[in-house]
Amino acid sequence: MTSEVYMNGKFVGNVDDPIAFVNQVRGERRKGMVSNNLNITYVQESNEIKIEASKGRVRRPLIIVKDGVSLLTPGHIKQLENNELTWDDLIKHGIIEYLDALEEDNALVAFFEEDLTSEHTHLEISPLSMVSITTSLVPYGNFNQSTRLNAGSKNQKQALGFYAANYLVRMDMDVNLLLNPQMPIVQSITHEISNYAKHPAGQNVVVAVMSYEGYNMEDSIIINKASIERGLARSIYYRPMITEELRYAGGLIDEICVPDKDVKGYRSEKDYKYLEGDGIIYPEALVKEGDVVIGKTSPPRFLSGMDEYNLASSTRRESSTTLKHGEQGVIDFVLLTENEEGNKLVQVRIREQRIPEVGDKFTSRHGQKGVIGLIVNPTDLPFSASGIVPDIIFSPHGIPSRMTVSHLIEMVGGKVGSLAGRYINGTSFDCEGEQALREELLSLGFRENGTETMYNGQTGEKFHARIFVGNMYYLKLKHMVANKIHSRARGPIQLLTRQPTEGRAKEGGLRLGEMEKDTFVAHGAALLLKERFNSDKTFVPVCETCGSIAIKDEYKNISYCPSCGDSVDINEVEMSYAFKLLMDELKSLCIYPTLKLKNKY
Amino acid sequence: MDPIIKEYKDKLPEKVLAEIEANIPARISQTKLREIMELTVVEYGRMKVEAGESVGLVSAESIGEPGTQMTLNTFHFAGVAEMNVTVGLPRIIEILDGRKEIKTPMMEIYLRKPYSSGKDIKQIAANIKETTLVDIIAEISITVSELVLEVTFNEAKLKEFSVTASSVAKLLQKSVGSFTITVDGLRLVLKPKTKDLKNLNELYRIKEKIKETFIAGIKGIKQVLPVKREEEFIVITAGSNLKDVLKLEFVDEERTTTNDVFEIASVLGVEAGRQALINEVFKVIENQGLNVDIRHIMLVADAMCAGGVIRGITRTGVVSEKSSVLARASFETPIKHVINASLIGEVDYLTSVVENVMINQPVPVGTGMAGLMVKPGSVEKK
Repeated sequence: MTSEVYMNGKFVGNVDDPIAFVNQVRGERRKGMVSNNLNITYVQESNEIKIEASKGRVRRPLIIVKDGVSLLTPGHIKQLENNELTWDDLIKHGIIEYLDALEEDNALVAFFEEDLTSEHTHLEISPLSMVSITTSLVPYGNFNQSTRLNAGSKNQKQALGFYAANYLVRMDMDVNLLLNPQMPIVQSITHEISNYAKHPAGQNVVVAVMSYEGYNMEDSIIINKASIERGLARSIYYRPMITEELRYAGGLIDEICVPDKDVKGYRSEKDYKYLEGDGIIYPEALVKEGDVVIGKTSPPRFLSGMDEYNLASSTRRESSTTLKHGEQGVIDFVLLTENEEGNKLVQVRIREQRIPEVGDKFTSRHGQKGVIGLIVNPTDLPFSASGIVPDIIFSPHGIPSRMTVSHLIEMVGGKVGSLAGRYINGTSFDCEGEQALREELLSLGFRENGTETMYNGQTGEKFHARIFVGNMYYLKLKHMVANKIHSRARGPIQLLTRQPTEGRAKEGGLRLGEMEKDTFVAHGAALLLKERFNSDKTFVPVCETCGSIAIKDEYKNISYCPSCGDSVDINEVEMSYAFKLLMDELKSLCIYPTLKLKNKY
Repeated sequence: MDPIIKEYKDKLPEKVLAEIEANIPARISQTKLREIMELTVVEYGRMKVEAGESVGLVSAESIGEPGTQMTLNTFHFAGVAEMNVTVGLPRIIEILDGRKEIKTPMMEIYLRKPYSSGKDIKQIAANIKETTLVDIIAEISITVSELVLEVTFNEAKLKEFSVTASSVAKLLQKSVGSFTITVDGLRLVLKPKTKDLKNLNELYRIKEKIKETFIAGIKGIKQVLPVKREEEFIVITAGSNLKDVLKLEFVDEERTTTNDVFEIASVLGVEAGRQALINEVFKVIENQGLNVDIRHIMLVADAMCAGGVIRGITRTGVVSEKSSVLARASFETPIKHVINASLIGEVDYLTSVVENVMINQPVPVGTGMAGLMVKPGSVEKK
């Protein structure tokens, strides 16, 4: 049977015995005669051989199996442990090879060595290699639905931790650092491999699974106030403010300094109070919104005529860097340097301590995220017979629909680990069994299912139900209310439409949109609707004769029409500025709208 | 009917009167009955929509909101290929947009007495279905050397549709006049009359064309499916031709219907069209398990049919009828409307809702409708 051979998608020739050919090429590859970067596949359906050596393919390593026996022997493993053999050696010796997605179609891969039959061509190095590194950090992940593992690994990527040891000399944007991070009690092998101890991202807490006064509805959690005061989930937020002395045409340059009083756009003296002589703030200054961090003046925008020869300070503009609305913190670090163009560059880092507050987001490693619903005094929290007060109360309603079994096992595992004083191995597919954990918990003097008799902290009464309590690794996520809280009563408006600005950064309003408008109309609340929409209310003088917009001179207190003169009746009409703008835009299209005035009553 | 009940004919609808009539005890005193009637009038008045209620917007919201929950699936008849029906949101959009060509036209043909119990149901269904030449032939070929077309019939099919080769030849003659057709048993030979038909492509074109020649049945009925519904047999069809179907003597013309509202309006009049519109929309909403008051749909249907023809709720339909320039411009293609208005110097009297929202004046619904007037001089000066 003749098969066509394609190399990188191009036809190169025919082969008489495709299977023998493919096997031969693979044999040569394992011997090192052909590049190990090459993958070859026989596609039975179309009777084609596809050879790929191009870039951009995803490949993964597998142990080669011959006649149902793994080529990786215990001898190799011993050599590996003694550093007598490296990974590259294994590839060179044809023990491990990389397969791409297409060649995997020709392979039969066993998960475990015990499963090997003569049919198998490869053996998985570890079943853990089927998931990503982040996903393999989820303990007991093999007990979960795949969607929860996805959520779990996604959440871990947003966790606050210790991202780099040289953070003090770095100027990164939006840095969050968790104070007092810990290693998880229930770990997977990936924690060890990835040096997790060098950059941990969470803390071990005592979790009770129960409801509390309805404040942990809809995935919210209750947190112990004393725990927060002891430093639980405290973090630091760093943000740099950067400015440089820009050079302009004509030898003009920005100047970093304390601006003179006669500079255009000068703020009040109070705003510059933290600046030192060089125009830069001093470290450890406590700053609030509106405070100037780096003082700077810029040359005037447009130069014309004689101005060029009169570069007095009065024509310079103020262009300082200030804290925006709602920002606050402590000046942490000042850096003076120059950029690629040789301009003076000033970077100031602001530090802010973030203490957990209602609305901050937390998660366990199982996709069980939630925000703080209530911070409770330890006196009001439930306590166990041995006097343990939980740090976090997690709602039981989060469990059944999501079926995160690993969450529950981690609680038991964490409890055993903390009582026995050891780390628990929770690697997916290769973990300490649930049964063993239960037995150990029993031998440690606790109920084997992890429940405990608890008492109501407010009344002292014993709860009828036994409460499931355990230790878990909790992560603080980077979404904190302090970055998101927003409200507005009055505030800035847009220049063009005179309507409120949009977005938190601009202290904007919340839009009452088209559909919301419809609800007012449906209720017949005409006047309320008008009031809601009068954010851009204006009074426009209108000429009664021609119906066009007239001019009102506030200084001379006279009104006149540009076409009919001042001997006509001019009336002020209330309308939305957006409509006035619409009429102006129509005029720009050579359409002339006029207003016919009539008494309303 | 009781004379006292009759007296209220102008005050209450007939349906309510009939209900009272049916429910009052056989013996009832005059005063009691009058009391009942008076209370009914009060209650009925209370149920009426109040002046200034934004009925249109409430209808729009009441249909629009459940629309967000509808599925986009099409429904398939079990076992019959190519017999699917547009349902859900696409169907609602199709109806309310007033599309002339609907995606899946369908008929439900009810039958008269002997046939409704299943007599000759297969035969009837086959008679209704549109049959073209392809359906009854075994082969159609071109003899290149002689430049002739040859059609060979399928004998069984000929019998099934009760046509003969010669009758088909007559029909074909109408569509291809420039050919001489000779009948040879089950074969037809089509020979061009003029010799200048040298182009073979032309012959191919004719070949494809005559395949579509209408032979029997009713035009437009692409598929037929006899179904037993409750105790009687009906025929469901894909494709619709109400006018011709109603002419058939075995059809119950009172109940036979189509899902093409335009066809109903053109055959039976706009009032029937309005009712069809309501039925079709309501059917979809019911099918989706949603609950929308039928009065909302009636209002929309009324708005669509008010002009004597069915108009969709589009910029070319109902919306184009709005008197306000601003209202039209705020819907779709604003520039077109503003420019046209400026050409003829149109005046917007700001009588409706949208315009007043735009200029931020009280909208004339609900509390915005009422104004306070004082007669000059009626207030004493102090």
